Amino acid sequence: MDGIINSEIMIIILAAGIRLATPYLLAALGEMFVQRSGVYNLGVEGIMMMGAFSGFYATLQLGSPLLGIAVSLVVGALMGLLMALVSVTFKAEQGISGIGLYMFGWGLSGLLFRLYVGGITSVEGLKAVKVPLLSSIPFLGPVLFDHNGLVYTAFLLVPVTGFILFKSSWGLNVRAVGNKPEAADTLGVSVVLIRYQCLIVGGMLAALAGAFLTIGQANMYADNITAGRGFIAIALVYFGRWSPWGILLGSLLFSLADSFQSMVQVLGINFPYELAVVLPYMVTIIALAISYGRVWAPAALGKPFQRGTRG
Amino acid sequence: MNTKFRQVLKQVLVLLAALAGALLVGALFLLLAKSDPIKAYTVMFSGPVNDKYGITETLVRTAPLLLVGLGIVISFRSGIINIGAEGQILAGAIGATAVGTSLPDMPGVILLPLVFLVGGLCGAIWGGIAGWLKAHLSVNEILSTVMLNQIAFQLYMFLIRGPLIDPQEVSYGTGVPQTAIIPAQIWLSKLIPGTRLHSGIIFALILAVLVYIFLWRTSIGYRMRAVGAGPEAARYAGIRVEWYLVLAMALAGGMAGLAGVVEVTGVHHRSLEGLSAGYGFSGIVAALFGRLHPLGTIPAAILFGALLLGAEMMQRAVNIPAAMIMVIQGLVVLFVVSSDHFQRNPGSLAQLKAKVFRGNVDKEGGEL
Repeated sequence: MDGIINSEIMIIILAAGIRLATPYLLAALGEMFVQRSGVYNLGVEGIMMMGAFSGFYATLQLGSPLLGIAVSLVVGALMGLLMALVSVTFKAEQGISGIGLYMFGWGLSGLLFRLYVGGITSVEGLKAVKVPLLSSIPFLGPVLFDHNGLVYTAFLLVPVTGFILFKSSWGLNVRAVGNKPEAADTLGVSVVLIRYQCLIVGGMLAALAGAFLTIGQANMYADNITAGRGFIAIALVYFGRWSPWGILLGSLLFSLADSFQSMVQVLGINFPYELAVVLPYMVTIIALAISYGRVWAPAALGKPFQRGTRG
Repeated sequence: MNTKFRQVLKQVLVLLAALAGALLVGALFLLLAKSDPIKAYTVMFSGPVNDKYGITETLVRTAPLLLVGLGIVISFRSGIINIGAEGQILAGAIGATAVGTSLPDMPGVILLPLVFLVGGLCGAIWGGIAGWLKAHLSVNEILSTVMLNQIAFQLYMFLIRGPLIDPQEVSYGTGVPQTAIIPAQIWLSKLIPGTRLHSGIIFALILAVLVYIFLWRTSIGYRMRAVGAGPEAARYAGIRVEWYLVLAMALAGGMAGLAGVVEVTGVHHRSLEGLSAGYGFSGIVAALFGRLHPLGTIPAAILFGALLLGAEMMQRAVNIPAAMIMVIQGLVVLFVVSSDHFQRNPGSLAQLKAKVFRGNVDKEGGEL
């Protein structure tokens, strides 16, 4: 096994680690807004599945991955709207409504795939864009600056969402609604409107995460292509303490574990495939367990808002 | 008419309205896909009640649904949301198969109870892990059970492809991932010759009554429901909340594990790929549709058993993918939880509200 971890392989592992962080980042940053506003959307996985299918199918039909992304964003917004209707307007129990949304998205993406596509079909997905100059830096260039647009977008969203959440007045409203909805309501901030907005944004980002898997990574659609990443993204929000930088750290941790895990398979190291695949799920549980006791959460998380009662 | 009867009638009407709403939305998707929803639904609803085959196959699906649903009732009533039944089914199935295939000469009177015990225990341990993580480390049980599902699935596949694969599959070189057949003395007896209907359905029905007695007529069951209704108040009353959370998840996992055992001993006679067949999720829907009551879950499990069968028949007859049933089930969940808003009756899902992350929020919430 000597010489297997040389610099070329390190570049492949690390570049894949950066690329694979994309779906976690996108979905988790979206869910961060949702939870900051006091809603707990467990349907992320279902929205990701819908985003994965719609992005793939639109690319297949329209011939352009950019249009595929646009369509998946619309689908994600609609899924977010559905969750908002159920959890904000109808004040349904959020854990169970999330499971409903997950089953709905899971079933619908599978149904539409079978009705419209049927078998394995590949599409021309997003192409890698080398950043001029930066990509020619030895080692760092190919690791960081040779990816498709969605990868760059996901990483740029970290500071951008940080700014929106902590420096903009809308972000202040989101945090107020998630912590003290009664107070926000008294000051004339619409709790319902903010939560709708957050769920729609969260839905769009989750769908984008799904679209990345089909048109930015695999260039095809398969059942269960999301493989629990939507749920891991929710865990990352918790692990990252509802902050973009914490989420970035967690996403990289997971994507590197993912990347090493797939390298174990590629390099043919004699280790059962099934046991390697289990790694990210075990890491998720461990990450949640060690977050114990040092976690602050939005105070109104999971509580439907009813004017005139104290949450 | 007394008020109790009226209340039940009202709930049944609301549930049927939720189902009708889900079917209507489902029909819209079929129309969009240029399929004929009337033709599809005709097959889906008439198929399961048409003949002996339909009715027995419905009940074959009811057995695991009811067992999983009973586990869901126990856990949800105790305030813990278990969506790990898929993994718990697999844990029960593989445990039962391993014991059954390794003791082929033991008489059925001893081996069958042993297989049920081991399978139930495997499920209970798999569920109990999530309960322990929730009670002692505040790990959100929804996330941990999803992760445990994925882990169980991979371990299960590893075992039926590797260490536990049927030796015949290896010697013939076919390599289908499935274990050897369990000895015939522990196959559940057939209730109607010539059909697949087995005695597992009777076992599930008896358990439904037992779970009802347990939750409403014993002090342990009372304490578990008290924890579900309000952990702080329960703690104040001297109830050891942590212990009952672990117990609830272990019992829920045990029920799902037994569903796995019933599938192995009653239907497949071995562990194979796709054994859990989505029962872990459909069981949640059945339990919600049964208003989280063990006896209410019985008709709900029969209804959803029929719908699952109907969806398979629909796929064969009019070529509409069986994935349709998952869409309908998801919509049913969304409609049922939404309808609570309009009912506001005690004993509904209202008592489950806002358990998510509560342990942590209470400690130091409030910072902005």
